[in-house]
Amino acid sequence: MPRPYEKIMKTSLSRLLGLLSILLFIPLWELIVRASDLPKFILPSPADVWTRFIKALNDGSLIYHTSITFIEVLLGLLLGTLFATIVGYMLAKSKTLEKILSPYLVASQAIPIVAIAPLLVIWLGDGILSKVVICALIVFFPVLINTIVGVRAVSAPLYDLMNSLRANRFQILFKLEIPASLPVLLGGLRIGATLSVIGAIVGELVDAEQGLGFLLQLGDFQYDTSMVFVAVFMLIVLALLLYGIVTLLERRFLKWMK
Amino acid sequence: MISKPALAVKDLSVVFDDENNSIHALENISFNIHQQEFVCFLGPSGSGKTTLLRLIANLIKPTFGEVNFMFGHQPKIGMVFQQPNLMTWRTVLENIKLPLELENEDKDIANQKAKDMIELVGLKGFENSYPRDLSGGMAQRVGLSRGLIHDPDLLLLDEPFASLDALTRERMWTELSNIWQAKQKTVIMVTHSINESLFLADRVLVLTQRPGKIKLDMQVDLPRPRDEEIRYTSHFGKLAKKLRDAIE
Repeated sequence: MPRPYEKIMKTSLSRLLGLLSILLFIPLWELIVRASDLPKFILPSPADVWTRFIKALNDGSLIYHTSITFIEVLLGLLLGTLFATIVGYMLAKSKTLEKILSPYLVASQAIPIVAIAPLLVIWLGDGILSKVVICALIVFFPVLINTIVGVRAVSAPLYDLMNSLRANRFQILFKLEIPASLPVLLGGLRIGATLSVIGAIVGELVDAEQGLGFLLQLGDFQYDTSMVFVAVFMLIVLALLLYGIVTLLERRFLKWMK
Repeated sequence: MISKPALAVKDLSVVFDDENNSIHALENISFNIHQQEFVCFLGPSGSGKTTLLRLIANLIKPTFGEVNFMFGHQPKIGMVFQQPNLMTWRTVLENIKLPLELENEDKDIANQKAKDMIELVGLKGFENSYPRDLSGGMAQRVGLSRGLIHDPDLLLLDEPFASLDALTRERMWTELSNIWQAKQKTVIMVTHSINESLFLADRVLVLTQRPGKIKLDMQVDLPRPRDEEIRYTSHFGKLAKKLRDAIE
């Protein structure tokens, strides 16, 4: 086991490397812009994007659209995860139910979300709701699969232990099944978090009056390519933020795995 | 020494139905066990020893026959398994107090009891360790503590020391023997080790190969407390021979 200061040295070093690679990326980008001499609406320079970023930040539009997308992503993730864990738990517990439902579940995965997104927008309108549902749908399957795998993997002798102590269903759920399957479950949430961002953008690109996808499309239509870049960077920030939240959850609940 | 009856098993048979054949695990088993008695079931693997224990723990139902308890109430059961069977996400302390949590015992009382138990089995300092940081012997001590913490009427031990090395196993015999002397529990233990059964039990029942039947019901009239030395006495040897002959 490395001693504490060695550990700190190591993590700060790896952080430094990450920062260094970002710092190197920007001059490289600038170099490509100058060498290729492409017009601004094809490839803007870092400075152009930065100026556009500051402008969008100052007029409030960036924060507004980002928060709309963030809300869609978060609500979709929560909704999708909630349904997926409940259905997944039932499927893990009942082979019969799994046999009945699995053709539908597999078939639903064969349809790309992009194909049904327009339908959902037609049915649910171009507001937040249709995007939340698209996010929830895209999140549903990976979380469902992980829930089934996680619950099925709970060791049989531990069930014996709980039953020999005459634990009731709730105690078995909360003291055995949930903690035992949590590592796999959080793994599903990690995949779901990134997919949810994709879902929100797909929905917004179909039809929306707000959100980062809308901003992206607006930039595209107006040849405001710097704006497209700003929107893409905001999406990256959003995805990283969600990823960070899941990592925090893992740190909090999976201490024993460290 | 012999006191009130604890449980009576009558005409017990268990048949497991597989896809194309049925396995007769236990056949026509009957016996009585008294309170505070330490009983060992000895038998080769495949004699249905574990099945018998699972029946008593009410984890499976018999095909025929019945298990009756005479505690005057539904007995509390403590079970120790072949593997430590600990929850990897719980610390030593949290693992040990699980049975108390399930009984909704007051948190402070549960913590205190668990700490006392940790002291008793010599795990002080490891309260907040996770199972993956424990050696096999330590993990099995935690398993044993968890089986005892809620003061069960009946302690069921399913070859709890089978996976330990010989030295640790013998140390655990002495520890278990001491704990049993102090707590005076009714214990049913399943094992395939003759030495283990003679060192620990008041009474040894030998099971035959499948379908398991009771071949021999023998009192172990060795004085208590027993120590390592007892295994080299001639009487121990005589009893061991008798058990050895009963096992096919």
